[in-house]
Formats: sequence, C-alpha cells, structure tokens
Amino acid sequence: MSESGMNQAPALQFFGRLGRRALCSLEQLGDATRLGAHALSLIVARPWQGKHFILQLYALGVGSLIIIAITGAFTGMVLALQGYYTLAKFGSESLLGAGVALSIIRELGPVLGAFMVIGRAGSSITAEIGIMRVTEQTDALEMMAVNPKQRILLPRIIATAIAVPLLIAIFDVIGIGAGYVVGVELLHVNPGAYVAEMVAKVTMHDIYGGWTKSIVFGFMIGMICTYMGYRSEPTTEGVARATTQAVVIASVGVLIMDYILTSFFL
Amino acid sequence: MIRGENLSKRYGDMQALAPTNIQIREKAITAIMGGSGSGKTTLLRLLSGLEKPSTGHVWFGDEDIAAIPESRLYELREQMGMLFQYSALLNSLNVYDNIAFPLHEHTELDEEVISTIVTMKLEQVGLRGFEELMPSELSGGMAKRVAFARAMSMDPKVVFFDEPTSGLDPISSGVITTLIKDTSDKNHMTSLVVTHDVHAGLSIADHVILLWQGTIIAKGSADDIRNSNDERVQQFLEGRPDGPIPFSRSTTTYLDDITHKPGTVRLEP
Ligand SMILES: Nc1ncnc2c1ncn2[C@@H]1O[C@H](COP(=O)(O)OP(=O)(O)OP(=O)(O)O)[C@@H](O)[C@H]1O
Ligand SMILES: [Mg+2]
Repeated sequence: MSESGMNQAPALQFFGRLGRRALCSLEQLGDATRLGAHALSLIVARPWQGKHFILQLYALGVGSLIIIAITGAFTGMVLALQGYYTLAKFGSESLLGAGVALSIIRELGPVLGAFMVIGRAGSSITAEIGIMRVTEQTDALEMMAVNPKQRILLPRIIATAIAVPLLIAIFDVIGIGAGYVVGVELLHVNPGAYVAEMVAKVTMHDIYGGWTKSIVFGFMIGMICTYMGYRSEPTTEGVARATTQAVVIASVGVLIMDYILTSFFL
Repeated sequence: MIRGENLSKRYGDMQALAPTNIQIREKAITAIMGGSGSGKTTLLRLLSGLEKPSTGHVWFGDEDIAAIPESRLYELREQMGMLFQYSALLNSLNVYDNIAFPLHEHTELDEEVISTIVTMKLEQVGLRGFEELMPSELSGGMAKRVAFARAMSMDPKVVFFDEPTSGLDPISSGVITTLIKDTSDKNHMTSLVVTHDVHAGLSIADHVILLWQGTIIAKGSADDIRNSNDERVQQFLEGRPDGPIPFSRSTTTYLDDITHKPGTVRLEP
C-alpha cells in the first residue's frame, strides 16, 4: 500500500510536468501563429515596407549564397561517391545521375538548404530582434508610431519565405553539377548515360515536391525565428536562450514537416 | 487630456502600481517623482499605451488607449514623443538618422528641411557636429541628449520624459530642464517628466505627483508638495535616510540574513 503510494507520487509528478509542458508548448504555438498572422496581415497596411523587404532579402539571400554553394557542392560530390559505391554492386552505375538528382531535388536540397539558412540567417534574425527588445528599440519604434510587427517582423518573414526556395534551387543546381563532375570526371561513368537517366527519371512531380517543401520550410523558418526573437525574455540570457531554441525548434520543425510533406507528395 | 482611471499594473506577484486615478493637465508640465522602484516608469508606460494595464483605463481625449484598435493607437502616437530612461536609440542608425527617423517616417519634408530641423535640435542639446556618430560611440549622457532631440523632433503635443536628466552633468542637466520648460510653454506642449531630481522637478512642474511603492502619496502644485505635512513627502524632499520611508527594500531582518537564520519578516512601518 504505502509502497505504491510512494511510487505514484513521482509518476504523477512526471505526468503533471509533461502535461504542463505540453500545454505550454501548445500555448506558444497558438501565440506564434497569432503573432505571425498579425504581422502578415499588416502587408496590406500603409506604409509599404518594400525597401525593408528588399534589404532583408539581400542580407538573407546574398549573405547565405556562399555557404549554400559550398554545402550544395559537397553534398552532390559525396552523393556521387556513395551512390557509385552502392550502384556498382548491382552493375548499374549508369543510374548515378538519376540517383544524385532525385536525392537532392526531393530531399537533401530542401532539408540541408533549410538547415544552412537556419544556422546562418535564422539565428541572427532571432538575436537581432531579441536585442532590439532588450534595448527597448521596439518600444521606441512604437512610440515613434512605427509598428515593429510591420517594420521588423513582416519583411523578415516574407524575405525568408522567398529567399529559401531560391537558395534551395541554387543548392540543387550546384549539387547536381558537382555530382556530375565526381561521377563522370573522377569515376568515369558514361556522361551520356548519366544525363539521359537523370532526364528520364526526374519528373516534374519530383521538382514540384521539392519546391513545395522549400516554400513551406522558408515560411516556417521566418515565422519561428522572428517569433522567438520577439517573444524572448528581455535579458541577455533570454536572448541567448531564444537564439538556441529558435535554431533547435526550426531544425526539428523542418524535419517533422519534411516527413509530413514527403508522405503527401510521394 | 490624459486620464488614468483605476489604473493598476501587476507583474506576477509584484504590484508595480496600485489602482490609481490620475489626471494629466493639458499644456502643462506634470512631474512624477518618487524613489527607485516606486512605479514611475510603469506609470509612464501605461499612460503611453506601451503596456496594457492590469485593471482600469487610460483616456486620451475620449478614447481608451488600452481598447482602441492598434492602427488608431499608432495614429495617436504621431502626436506623442518619448524619451526613454535608457535612451533606446536605434543601434543601426547614426545620430542624424535617429533624430530624423520620425520625420522620414511621417512627413513628406525635403531632406534639406529635415537636415535643418536635425541641426536645430542638435544645437539645442549641444551636440551639433556629432551627426555621424553611431549610438555605440556615444557616452550615456550624450545618448540621453540625442534621445531628447529625437523625442522632440516632431514637435509633439504630448511628451513623456523618463528621467531626462539622470546621467547628465549639472550643466547639461540644467540646459535640458530649461529646455523642457521653454518648449512646453512655447509650443503648448503637455509634458510628463519622471525625475529623481527634486529641485528640477519642483522648479519646472505645474503639477507634481509623488509615488511611493506603487501608490500616489501626494499630488498638487510644487508649493503644495513643499508645504505638505506628510512625513514621507518631507523625507523624500530632504533626502533624509531616516524616516517613514525605509531606504532598504528588503523584507527580512539584516541580522538574520547575515547570520543565516531563517528570516523573520520585518513589519512594514
Ligand atoms: N517588466 C517587469 N517585470 C517584472 N517586474 C517589473 C517589470 N517592470 C517593473 N517591474 C517592477 O515594478 C516596480 C516598479 O518599477 P518601475 O520601473 O516602474 O520603477 P521606477 O519608479 O521607474 O524606478 P527607477 O526610478 O529606478 O527607474 C519595481 O519594483 C520593478 O521591480
Ligand atoms: Mg524608471
């Protein structure tokens, strides 16, 4: 009797904590959606934020270009190596082009591209907005009759939603190109077969799937990173924590969403 | 013009402002004074709509700031200015662009006109020639003066000053105080000045509000305050360490804390 009572208490406590955590997360999700939706609804409000959107797009897009190119190239190269190793066992090296292109377009481009943007740009968005809150710059904007949701959040959300698909498209092209170099020049796969199989096996359906993923990921990254910054606790520690959390949540979110989307678009 | 009705603010367990009725006179200077942590900044943030009250209303004319749509609040704010306690300059812009920011946002003025206005405002705070500096390159007092110039750049009808003179040397402090008085008189500006500086506060204010631990303990003209019989008011004015207002905000006894005995709660005076 007494033993089961003693066992129950920690168990109850555990489920209590779990439940509270779940409720808290749910509440945050609701809050994030509301804030994001509010910011997005301000797209129709005057004054237009075109200039700020372009500035953000430039910072995000051009700023992430090099890292996207490098990761794209090495992903394509390693895929070609690994693919060749596996395919050679079945004597079907000619399929290498199709293998590399499909993996990159359907899966690795969107996911790895998104990861790179999260690490390179997403974290800095969260930190920047968090610091603006700590130093009361968002309050100052409000008092100068400039809505920080419209001026700070909106351009960043839209810019990520547009920049990520474009960056991922570049990732795909560079990855496939680098795969070709390794496959054809280094491993001596027949160039005709490489390209022909790739063109034959990759369908528009695959490409649309990749695009859908990258648009959804871009949008998600923008929403999560701006939200975490805007709602971070206004202390040095709070901003640091929010930045780490933004990276973790966005990355995990991308993977979960990736599974959901793949199961729909398969 | 601005009226707080049954206004209060809670942060968790902390009652930063007890339910308060407050009236800010139009075209006059109201000084809000009180010790550290007495709720002055909180009151200012409530009255300016930066913070939502836990209870009560803030009437701006006949509109409740806490209840009107966001877009209307931003319209009203074009007539407001605010000097923040810690300046809150926009880090990514230099001094010139910080002061010109409201003008760029809300007016169609030519850059030449804006530049003239900025120069005038900088001259007032004695920082002409510092246009190109970034906020990180300014001292605390300089940043405060730039923030002052920024708050005034639109010639607002209502200005909230949170500690306009703290961190300033006596001369700058005097200049800023006089500046608040002069512009208020000339432009018929409604000013709310939060300050620790008893002499400056009493000398320029038409109306004084004295806060203590989130409650108003005295209000009236400067003379009313000077002649108040309330011991707490006199202690504050004279800056006496002993009196009804304890200097320490701790609620446990020092001896117990220092000898690590379980704290006995000290009775409030
Ligand atoms: N964001 C907040 N979260 C929790 N407590 C707060 C917050 N802001 C203020 N407080 C508390 O409310 C009380 C009043 O704070 P407030 O900043 O209004 O004081 P103040 O009169 O402006 O003091 P000072 O003269 O030092 O600036 C303080 O006890 C403070 O601890
Ligand atoms: Mg304060």
